[in-house]
Formats: sequence, structure tokens, C-alpha cells
Amino acid sequence: MSTTSVRPSSRPGARGRDEGTPAPVRTMTMAKALNAGLRKAMEDDPKVLLAGEDIGKLGGVFRVTEGLQKDFGESRVIDTPLAESGIVGTAVGMALRGYRPVCEIQFDGFVFPAFDQIVTQVARMRWRTKGAVPMPVVIRIPFGGGIGAVEHHSESPEAYFAHTVGLKVVTCSNPADAYWMIQQAIASDDPVIFFEPKRRYYEKAEVDTTAEPLDLHSSRVVRPGRDGTLVAYGPMVKTCVEAASVAADEGRELEVIDLRTLSPLDLGPVFESVRRTGHAVVVHEAPVSVGLGAEVAARITEECFYSLEAPVLRVAGMDVPYPPSRAEEDYLPDLDRVLDAVDRSLAY
Amino acid sequence: MSDGLNGLGESGPDTAVQLLTPTGERVEHPDYAFAGDDAMVRRFYADMVRVRRVDAEAIALQRQGELGLWPSLLGQEGAQIGAVHAMRDQDYAFPTYREHGITIGRGVDPLRLLAMFRGTDPGTWDIEALGVHLYSIIIGTQGLQATGYGMGLERDGLVGSGDPERDAAVMCFFGDGATSQGDINEGLVFASSFNAPVVFFCQNNQWAISEPIERQSRAPLYRRAAGFGLPGVRVDGNDALAVHAVTTAALDRARSGNGPTFIEAYTYRMGAHTTSDDPTKYRLEHELAQWRDRDPISRVRAYLESTGAADADFFAAVDAESDELAVRLRKECLALPEPSLAETFDWVYATKSPELVEQLARHEEYAASFEEAR
Repeated sequence: MSTTSVRPSSRPGARGRDEGTPAPVRTMTMAKALNAGLRKAMEDDPKVLLAGEDIGKLGGVFRVTEGLQKDFGESRVIDTPLAESGIVGTAVGMALRGYRPVCEIQFDGFVFPAFDQIVTQVARMRWRTKGAVPMPVVIRIPFGGGIGAVEHHSESPEAYFAHTVGLKVVTCSNPADAYWMIQQAIASDDPVIFFEPKRRYYEKAEVDTTAEPLDLHSSRVVRPGRDGTLVAYGPMVKTCVEAASVAADEGRELEVIDLRTLSPLDLGPVFESVRRTGHAVVVHEAPVSVGLGAEVAARITEECFYSLEAPVLRVAGMDVPYPPSRAEEDYLPDLDRVLDAVDRSLAY
Repeated sequence: MSDGLNGLGESGPDTAVQLLTPTGERVEHPDYAFAGDDAMVRRFYADMVRVRRVDAEAIALQRQGELGLWPSLLGQEGAQIGAVHAMRDQDYAFPTYREHGITIGRGVDPLRLLAMFRGTDPGTWDIEALGVHLYSIIIGTQGLQATGYGMGLERDGLVGSGDPERDAAVMCFFGDGATSQGDINEGLVFASSFNAPVVFFCQNNQWAISEPIERQSRAPLYRRAAGFGLPGVRVDGNDALAVHAVTTAALDRARSGNGPTFIEAYTYRMGAHTTSDDPTKYRLEHELAQWRDRDPISRVRAYLESTGAADADFFAAVDAESDELAVRLRKECLALPEPSLAETFDWVYATKSPELVEQLARHEEYAASFEEAR
């Protein structure tokens, strides 16, 4: 679980490029990076199947699966009936036949009809068979707000899944991670809930398709600093990096850590950072109470008690349903709210 | 429904397929015929007696405090044994927790079932080798899993190849209560839409714990199939021969690539829902008496006796074998090793997460502190 570990190059998701493929370093959106990662996984392993609503001809409502049905056929890119439990429940059956289904849940708020299959079946099959039967199912969920959507299209339900033993939960914050992490999730013999920050889908960055990827279940320091530690994941990583940039103009160096993996957590780099900075602020969009931030704060307190100069603070959504979109800017943590928490921490 | 026999009358649109009457007489049906011989009928008899004996022993073990719980299959032996004998080795079954006839029929050692209900084990057997999944406990989840498994078979080229030794199908077992669950209905939608090789086998035993079938459906269950675009058939679930004939046809249809079928096996739960239940609070004795006359084992025995297809020695041998099995199970059940919490940590992920490693280490350190204190 260290930040330096890499995957063996013989496994899917690692280095390797055929003749005639596009340039190894390309600038692309996160949606395109996910598309490229899915394509690579399907090329590498004929057992990889995609299933979801509108993922075929349409390419998904966010176009993440664009062109894949055309190239891999309807048998491998399955437009399902409109039933989320059906998508995940049939994926369980296909996984029992040795397939590696990748399910697309169209929006975060639509996952709950599938909650039973995920929690009582997907998460338990290995346990129930005393370790004999793996459940290599990936469930992709676009999550988070900031896109001006109607109700049930801006949710952050990650804590429900991180609280469910037997699942692994990850989220990417940038195109390069999206490209690699989706392939690593598909190669995993454990079920992975894969959260995609939908408001970052169309932001571009360089993706090096020949780089050695970081291990799927590792967090990463994305900006070093000595005065305080910001812990974030998914859509809030960019927010925190921007906050750190502004803080730097004011003479404060904030370290930003992208958790990347929410279950299991990889808090080694967080502890190491907090022992240096003495201040920690955890940031997420999900409602603050009993969220991931509470778990991170508890563990920081257990591990770094004598290094802390202030209580671990949380900047998060509030304990109200996600608001009508015209009010979402007040609900979502932003640069100013993050810096406000930093001020409060440093003033202790 | 006033006679308690719900469409099982001699004629009418909802009459169930029957090939052996409650008094043991063979009758003809225009669409279905029993393909087996008397040797197969004797096997049905022996298997039904055996599984009923296992059931009785399990109830006794529960009453003596040796099992935490037992869901009895009493009265449903005909539906289960008839269905499981229609399956081939390459087929796969998704049973629920009352399907002891299916699991034992597929070769699961009944001791595995006792282990599950004794609490020494999560309820595990070699699902791949035996072609039978673990008991579904959450009602209806298996409807989708069976469909997905069938979609996998089709992608593996194991449906409609024309090779009877190779083509396979899936049996999905569930009860009348499960027909109200979304997952069964979604399973029917997916199976129909993708033409999956699945036989949806509903044992309508009239009761979902204390709720009668009328609370689940005001229309005969088999008729629902039409709305999903697949054939539905009602069979006398206490007639193992008819169940075998109807299931064989449905499996042949599925294996050959012609899609799913819905079978409603019309039967009755003679026992309690589980050993924790008290059916005297919600159902009347006269209903039981009517169904006692329709017992699945008695009618096969009546047929075998009246036709001379089995003699007294056969029946005595079946009883003796069943008793021996019960003795063996009781002895081995009491000797089942106790599980350790520590071993369950190994079953959660392919490799233990850092959290699990740490929690286990702390637990073992804590446990060891008591040893040191002695």
C-alpha cells in the first residue's frame, strides 16, 4: 500500500503498447481517458463485458462508453433494460461464469435499486464461499454535484459503500488516474465501486499510457507543503489544489493528498504529512455527518495525537438533501470554505 | 379458492398438469408425458423419502438445541425431486433455503446444510463441481443471478449448439412470496429480453410465512409469464412425474436456445415456515388435511404398490437407508468443528486489507492476554 508500489507489467493495466497505437502521451478529458481505459481492458481480456443503460449506440449519457459497442459488439457492450438491480444482479451471474462485468449506473442517485444486490450479494459472495468464488465486478458510478442537475443527479453516496465490508471503493480525480484505475479495478478479483467525479469528466490533462501506474489502493501526495494537510478525493482534489495555490500566495504551504482509495483507506501518507504539519482538514462533497471525513479524522487522531496542533476539521456538504442547483454553490465545499477551515485550524 | 385447492380441479383454464393422481393412477395429458420408466419412479420415491427423513432429523436436531433454525421442505418433496431429476450435469441451479431436495439431489452432502443452520459455516459447498449455487437467503436475488448465469452460458457457446451433452440451462427456484419481489420480476424481464436459458421454477406453497398466496397475487402466478413474453405452465407440484415432464420440456427449450419458461409448481408447505414459526396462529387444520391427501410420496408409493413396480423389500430398504443416513448425519452434525472468527478474515478479500490485518492482530493480541493471565 505504499505510494511507490507498482503493478507487475504482465498484468492488465500495466505498461505495454502495440505497434500503430496512438502516441503514448495524449491530452484528453477524463471521459475519454475512461473510454480508453475500458477499451484497453476489453482488448486485453475477452471476459470483460460492459452492461448498463444507454451505453451502446448512445455511448452512455456522459459518452464514457462511446464507440465501444460498435467495436466490441452487443454481446460485450450490453444495453440493459432500465433496472439497476437487474444490471448488478445479472452481473453477479455472469461473474459466476467467469466474466468480468463492468456495470454502469447512469447517475449516483440511481444506484439504490441495486443496493441490495451490491451489499448482500456482490460484497458477500467470496465470504459466503469461504474465499473460493471471487466476484470481479466493477460498478461505475458518476458522482457528485456542480453540474446544475435536478434532484438525484448530484449525490455523493460513497460512505454507504465504504461501510460495506467485501467491497473496494475508489475514485479518480484526473484523466491519468481514470485511465489506469479503471483498468486496475477491472483486473481486481474483488468487487470495486468506481466513483467518477462527473463535473470533472470534460476537464483535460495529459495521460501517459506507458507510465507505470500507481497501485489502485494507494493515496497520493499531489502537492507538497509544510503548514497544513488537506485530504480530499474525487472532485474535491482540484478544489483543494486551487485552495493550496491561493494559500501559497499568502505564504502558507498546504500539502494536498488525493485519497484515491476509500476502501481500503491508505492513510500512511496522510499520517506522515500530519506528523509534519500538525494540521489536517478533510474535504468532501458528501454530507458531513458520519461521512468518510469522520473516519479519516478518527484515524488521524489515533495515529497522530501528539503531533496535532488542532482538531481535525471537516469541510463537507451539509446534512440536508442536495439542494436545488441554483443553491449548490453554497452547499458544495469551495476554495473559500477550505481556506476558512485552514484559518480556523491554524488559529488554534 | 373456497375449496383450498385453488385451480387444481378436474378441469378449467387454470388446471395444473397432472400425470399421477393423488391415489396413484397414471393419467394422460395432451401436452406432457413422463419420459421415465418404473426404475426412475422408484428413484423418485427413494429420493423423496430420503430428503423427508433428513428434514425430520434436522427438525429434531433443532428442537434439541443442536441447530439454530431449520426451514422444513415437508410437502414439497415431489416438486423438488421431480425438478432436480430433469436437470443434467451441465445445468446449474439457484436454490433458496427450503430447497433441500434440490441441493441433496445435486449431490450436496446434507451435512453441509446442517452446518449452515448449526452456525458452523456460512453455508458453503463446491458450487462449480455440483452445479448448484448456495442457498439464497435474501428473497428473489437469485432471479437475476440465474439470468446472468444463463447469459454467461450463452456467451460461452453452451446454448443452442445442438449437442445435448454440451448445451446447458439454469434452474431458478423461488417461492410464491418471491414473486412480489422486484428482483424476480426484473429477472423475468432480463431473461425474456435476452432470451436467456433459464427455467423460472416457482413453488407456490400457498404461504409466505403467515401471508397467504392471495396477498401476493390475485391471479394465478403462472399467468404472469404471458406479460413478460414467455410461456407459463402450472403443474401439480405434488406429482413428481408431472413436474419432471414439465421441467424436462422447459429445460430442453432453454438449452436449445428458445428462451425462458415460467413454471408454477402448485404445492403446499405442510410444516411451519421455519422452526421459529407457529402456523397454528394463521392457518386452519382442515386445509392441512386436504393437502395431506395429496401427499407427493404417498401417491408414488400407491402407484408402485398397485402396479407391482416395487415390493415390500424395496420400501423396507429405502426406509432403512434413510434411517442410516439420519443416524450418520446426527453423529456428524454434533462433531462439526467450531468455526473461528479469525478464519473468516480470510474470506473477505483476495488478500486481507490493511484494516483487516490490523484488526485481526489486535483481536489476537487481546485474546492472548487472557491466556497470559492464567
